[in-house]
Amino acid sequence: MDPRDIVLDKYSSKVYKNRKEHVITINEGEPNVIQADTRTVPGIMTNRGCCYAGCKGVVIGPLKDVATITHGPIGCGFYSWGTRRNKAKGDENTKAFGEYCLSTDMQETDIVFGGEKKLKQAIKEAVEIFHPECIAIASTCPVGLIGDDIHAIAAEAEELYGIKVLAFSCEGYKGVSQSGGHHIANNGLMKNVIGTGDAEPIKYSVNLLGEYNIGGDGWETERILKRIGYHVVSVMTGDGSYDAIKNSHTADLNLVQCHRSINYIAEMMKTKYGVDWMKINFIGPEATKKSLRDMARYFNDPELSRRTEAVIAEEEAAIAEGMASCKAVLAGKTAAIYVGGSRSHHYINLLKSLGVEVVLAGYEFGHRDDYEGREVLDTIKKDADSKNIESITVTKDPDHYKERLSEQELMALRAAGVPMEEYSGMWEDIMDGAIITDDYNHFETEEFLKYLKPDIFFSGIKDKFVIQRSGVASRQLHSYDYAGPYAGFKGALNFANDVAMAITVPVWDMVQAPWKKEPLLEGSLGGMESC
Amino acid sequence: MRQIAIYGKGGIGKSTTTQNLTAGLGLMDKKIMVVGCDPKADSTRLLLGGLAQKTVLDTLREEGEEIELDAILKAGFRGIKCVESGGPEPGVGCAGRGIITSISMLEQLGAYTDDLDYVFYDVLGDVVCGGFAMPIREGKAQEIYIVASGEMMALYAANNISKGVQKYANSGGVRLGGIICNSRNVDGEKELVEAFAKELGSQMIYFVPRDNMVQRAEINKKTVLEFDDTAVQADEYRSLAAAIDGNDMFVVPKPMAQDRLEEILMDHGLMDI
Repeated sequence: MDPRDIVLDKYSSKVYKNRKEHVITINEGEPNVIQADTRTVPGIMTNRGCCYAGCKGVVIGPLKDVATITHGPIGCGFYSWGTRRNKAKGDENTKAFGEYCLSTDMQETDIVFGGEKKLKQAIKEAVEIFHPECIAIASTCPVGLIGDDIHAIAAEAEELYGIKVLAFSCEGYKGVSQSGGHHIANNGLMKNVIGTGDAEPIKYSVNLLGEYNIGGDGWETERILKRIGYHVVSVMTGDGSYDAIKNSHTADLNLVQCHRSINYIAEMMKTKYGVDWMKINFIGPEATKKSLRDMARYFNDPELSRRTEAVIAEEEAAIAEGMASCKAVLAGKTAAIYVGGSRSHHYINLLKSLGVEVVLAGYEFGHRDDYEGREVLDTIKKDADSKNIESITVTKDPDHYKERLSEQELMALRAAGVPMEEYSGMWEDIMDGAIITDDYNHFETEEFLKYLKPDIFFSGIKDKFVIQRSGVASRQLHSYDYAGPYAGFKGALNFANDVAMAITVPVWDMVQAPWKKEPLLEGSLGGMESC
Repeated sequence: MRQIAIYGKGGIGKSTTTQNLTAGLGLMDKKIMVVGCDPKADSTRLLLGGLAQKTVLDTLREEGEEIELDAILKAGFRGIKCVESGGPEPGVGCAGRGIITSISMLEQLGAYTDDLDYVFYDVLGDVVCGGFAMPIREGKAQEIYIVASGEMMALYAANNISKGVQKYANSGGVRLGGIICNSRNVDGEKELVEAFAKELGSQMIYFVPRDNMVQRAEINKKTVLEFDDTAVQADEYRSLAAAIDGNDMFVVPKPMAQDRLEEILMDHGLMDI
């Protein structure tokens, strides 16, 4: 039996019926169909988060000049603060509140009598202490149950303080995973922030979408883009700001890094402002090179193309030696990779350039298009859970809509392999025979470890230690442990070094549990005396 | 100690009936506590001679954790101990959670003393969510009386409440003691309510006739028994108190399907009105 069948065999028939659609083996030549973005089977130790985590934790939280207030009991605010390592720096023009955790800390009496007064007070205090240009309110579960009208409070506060106040009804229980929260956050930014600024358009300007600056990834990407001569209008949302996103509609092109969490904004900005979007990937030297060349092709300027090649050559040369020595250590190794959304896909390429094949991969909350590519979008059946998350439609903005490239030009780019409004998903890079596990859980993690024996397992804090104690190296790809950046060329070398170190120093494999060496109980045979 | 919860459709007269009933029991020298489980906090107004009570939740909100039992428990007519759970203003917060909080608070403060013969919970409206079922959860109230009339919606509500009772009867041991008919002078009312109660497997424990004396007493912030104990209606409430005190029929109700409920209403001519 192949490992997939062995693992699934342990499930009851009811669970098996569900999981067999989510756990598949990639077969060459066949259309590989997977089930994703559906409810987790009760009882399964899923690694998923909640809607609030997706909205506040992922998309809204990183906005540095936004004072984000978590409306709810204190735990949600505290545990979504700082752990994701989305770095941010303020400067003389931009405030940065990342080091603060703002919460209404709801108590039992606030649940009973309603938390609106406390929220108003929290907004007042935030205004008085921090003088932010923008405040965001993120709802947690109880707020949805007792029905505090955060949107009315936001509107009232906007008028009262003359600043922007955003409200997100992202109660944790909404949807099947974090994914619903991304969508809610996207809607809010689209409705209330994007397009409200009045900056003049700048040549060769881009927005970096779905880049959360984990471990400084966004900074590294921006450094390269600026070297070539691009102007980064805004980053959504790592080290991003309300101040910059207001003007994001003036950019020429949207670069989409994390497709899962931000594709809604990319699509809506195309419709409303005519901003073209391109799927890029700045993880791994090969993907970075392709992305930079695709961009150059989009702008079609000889000077820009020349600089692109010059920067690529220089950046690549700087890491060549380091990459080669890491590859010597890593070639032939195998890896498992489980992250939330797009990152599981992005790292396959980087690992390949180090000679490491990914034998097991999956997303926590990806949708079918993140696996199979956007061409399956029309075949994805909407269920009650996905319909429950608001989906907004936008129309051309008569004042700000501007066609960037004509449809013919876009077609020509697509024909040349530039992914304009295209994303082919994880299938593009995963090897044949690899096992894919959607909405993975702890049981499957441990079982596949046994049967596939990967040399390294990339995951998050929730399973890292289980993996290490079973003797397998593990690196967190949600937070990059304490390291990074991993993006671009220099980042790729950081990653290569960290992975080589993890694999060559298998400390956990050297530790043996005492009960594996000696008996836990000691005793002697009784009843001998009387004989 | 008998712990009794009174349920029924909103506006049916639960609070009025409960207070007159407890006044009757008080006159029988019973030791009683009435816990109002309605955010409006008007369940003990007649016993106390006005809205003199500070609610448990208001006290909790204002004083934090340091609460003295005396601050929330007041003695009214015939020494009946009165507590109002209180709750949020209409349209905000969670009244159900408020009831859970305040009953836990009463327990912690030692309000349930051994000398009590009766604890009454006067619960608002229908059992809309878990919070309003609190008095019948976790073995608190063992007896339920539903106040109803011969009006269709009152019986719908009573049937619905029975579903809640049935649910908790299996886990918590609560039983239905009967239906108190608070008459609205509907045709064939007594027979209808009797038939309805019988269908539930229970009884109509008492038929309280309609009498303006109740309204007169209410305007004077008193129960009928305190306002004019020679009134005919005072006798009715004394009889109700005696019926409850002597009741020994406690059942797990068998709530009926919609069709059957409507059939009973038809049989008693209500649909002709």
